[in-house]
Amino acid sequence: MSQRPKIALIGNPNAGKSSLFNSLTGLRQKTGNFPGVTMDKHTGVWEIESGQEIDILDLPGIYSIYPKSLDEELVINILGNPAHEDYPDMAIVVADASNLKRNLLLFSQVRDLGIPTVLALNMIDVAETEGYVINSIKLARELNVEVAEINAKKGIGVNGLRLAVSKTLANRYASNDGLPLPVDDQLIAGIQLKFGEADPYRSLLWLMEHDRMKMFSVEQRDAFDAIQHEFHFNSEEYKTSETVKRYEALSEVVERCVINLNRQWDAPPVKTWTDRLDSVFLHAVGGYLFFFLLLFVMFQAVFTWAAYPMDGIDAGVAYLNDWLKTVLPASALTGLLTDGLVAGIGGVLIFVPQIAFLFFFIAMLEETGYMSRVMFIMDKLMRRFGLNGKSVVPLISGVACAVPAIMSTRSIGSWKDRLITIMVTPLMSCSARLPIYTVLISLVVPEKSTLFGLFNLQGLALFGMYLLGFLMAIISAWVMKQILQVKERSYFIMELPTYKAPRFKHMAISILNSVKAFVFEAGKIIVAISIVLWVLASYGPGDSMKQVDLQVRQANPTLAEDALANRIAAEKLEQSYAGHFGHFIEPVIKPLGYDWKIGIALITSFAAREVFVGTMSTIYSLGGEVDDENATIKNRMRAEINPATGKPLYDAALGFSLLIFYAFAMQCMSTLATTYRETKSWKYPAIQFFYMTALAYLAAFVTYQVLA
Amino acid sequence: MNTRKTVADLKIGERAEIIGFTDALLSLKLLEMGCLPGSEVEMTHLAPFGDPMAIKVSGYTLTMRKEEAATIQILPKNN
Ligand SMILES: Nc1nc2c(ncn2[C@@H]2O[C@H](COP(=O)(O)OP(=O)(O)OP(=O)(O)O)[C@@H](O)[C@H]2O)c(=O)[nH]1
Ligand SMILES: [Mg+2]
Repeated sequence: MSQRPKIALIGNPNAGKSSLFNSLTGLRQKTGNFPGVTMDKHTGVWEIESGQEIDILDLPGIYSIYPKSLDEELVINILGNPAHEDYPDMAIVVADASNLKRNLLLFSQVRDLGIPTVLALNMIDVAETEGYVINSIKLARELNVEVAEINAKKGIGVNGLRLAVSKTLANRYASNDGLPLPVDDQLIAGIQLKFGEADPYRSLLWLMEHDRMKMFSVEQRDAFDAIQHEFHFNSEEYKTSETVKRYEALSEVVERCVINLNRQWDAPPVKTWTDRLDSVFLHAVGGYLFFFLLLFVMFQAVFTWAAYPMDGIDAGVAYLNDWLKTVLPASALTGLLTDGLVAGIGGVLIFVPQIAFLFFFIAMLEETGYMSRVMFIMDKLMRRFGLNGKSVVPLISGVACAVPAIMSTRSIGSWKDRLITIMVTPLMSCSARLPIYTVLISLVVPEKSTLFGLFNLQGLALFGMYLLGFLMAIISAWVMKQILQVKERSYFIMELPTYKAPRFKHMAISILNSVKAFVFEAGKIIVAISIVLWVLASYGPGDSMKQVDLQVRQANPTLAEDALANRIAAEKLEQSYAGHFGHFIEPVIKPLGYDWKIGIALITSFAAREVFVGTMSTIYSLGGEVDDENATIKNRMRAEINPATGKPLYDAALGFSLLIFYAFAMQCMSTLATTYRETKSWKYPAIQFFYMTALAYLAAFVTYQVLA
Repeated sequence: MNTRKTVADLKIGERAEIIGFTDALLSLKLLEMGCLPGSEVEMTHLAPFGDPMAIKVSGYTLTMRKEEAATIQILPKNN
């Protein structure tokens, strides 16, 4: 073996695989205290000894080797196929020690597949507080496996794990217990004849799961069906009996190796923290109230607390802009740099505090274990609308970004529930909408106003926007449910993890990383589009731009030089390529209250909505009539005058119409690409694009016509 | 099929012993999640609108919908 050995982390959902992955490789895979965080495979390098490196593979959690959803299918496709590029040399089965018997079920299956295995006992601390003491030395002997006690969260026990792994890698011991339940010898022989020599248990796995395994062609699947038929082999029956049989053996092992202190002292069952918290959070009435209150406080906080650092950043960017203008020669390029790039990037930077607060709240939901409680209390409601309690995770994380949110739908077992969840998740207001909301709300909702002197009205409006997104998501889901009319079984058998204290340092780092990623990703797009936009807005077809100069001067011979320059700039923007584009779509957007300048912003945010603010600042600086002092985007927009009425352009009607449009419109290529990847069909992203855009148009139209 | 009691009949705080399953497909999932015949279940929470429910089995909490709970047959305990 010249290549680095490869180790796969296998285990039940929420057992701590990704936490272990992080402590071994030093990487930062996403972790969270609910089943189904990891949805895809990830590789990292563990330097087990100096100079010796090992590839570590983090995988989604599975309860057994018989998959029931897409994320589980991925794991079996690797474990069942030795020709797979990710097939491991050995496995570390990460077991939740507070739940040993169930975790050992998977362990015994993995080992019977013929994969050398080490057992890592995780969450010993949780097991101890629940009164379980595990004799891991005895367990190792009983199961004939190297056992290491670890705390994946704190990175304790890595040394023991290192020893266990080295030993197992050296002797490559894989038990050959044979089959858990005997079957007809001819059956195994039949499979091996057609599909080659393989571990008998693996052959059986192929037979039972061939439809879920990508390694087999259609003809091969037919061959499996034929074998099943010939031997009257009932897969479901076999799996059930196998599971019962394994549990019988494991029960005895656990009985011998685990002491339950609570039971020994015959003490009355202790109320754990989790029990106490659940009696509030899962309460039939109180549970809902608490959840709603939590969301409410969250959005108030996002708006009010974040205001202080935001004002600071805002002032800083404005200052930098003014300073650049004084030191650089006044030229078109300086204009691009200051009013295009700096203003555009500043337009994103200013929202960093808000986005950080938002990520903080979502991380709290995920890390503490409250997320699975939300799934529990929302399941019934969600089901009425064609969704599933598990849809809560994508919907909530969609508030940060729809791309990972759509990926997290893989744990939803039912195809229909999953599809509908994918289709409606982008209606949740993602963090790229936050800047747009904030700017527009500050234009149309009075700043200092409060409700009952208590709630900030702007914060309330922001909460309203998020609520609106959510309501539209579930209404759309309901409509799709009516259209699809599929009767597919979906189930909601899920584990509720114990509450765990969040690690603030870990959270701080991951929030920092998400914010950084957001700023850089958005920053790149904004810079690119700002430059293109600036070019398109500075040049026009033919010599029209030169003509403008002359025409304006001739038409207004009496105007002062300053005002004249402004008038020329405005006229030039109108005659530029960008202006032509804007005018081209103006008839379509006129009923929504938008003029051609907003039209330009709509065109540029077609691929990514985060460029809205930057586009606005470029357009209004090029065609602007504002003096350059303190020229933040907000002030620029506030100063825009509606030529028809002579009043400010951004009145309530236009402001709300734009807010609604951006809330519903599908303006994100990455999301469409993700939908394509997750549904493997162009049909669904296409539907998503058209239904959301149509919805945005209609809703904005109604809003404007009613308010105007 | 028969008039056996199921987990769906339990009230909050009630305990029972699992004796079997009525649905072949669900039973595998339930077994894998640790609902073993012979083990004790306690119904601990009902979500708003009475569905889904949370039960305690082998020391941890599982959630399931009423219709799924109705496939787990039980022997009620009198204490
Ligand atoms: N108390 C305690 N908590 C732990 C330990 N190991 C991990 N955790 C926590 O358990 C939760 C689950 O950890 P993850 O690493 O995300 O679990 P996973 O196995 O990757 O989960 P999935 O990706 O959903 O399959 C996180 O909140 C961790 O902080 C441990 O040894 N003790
Ligand atoms: Mg994980």
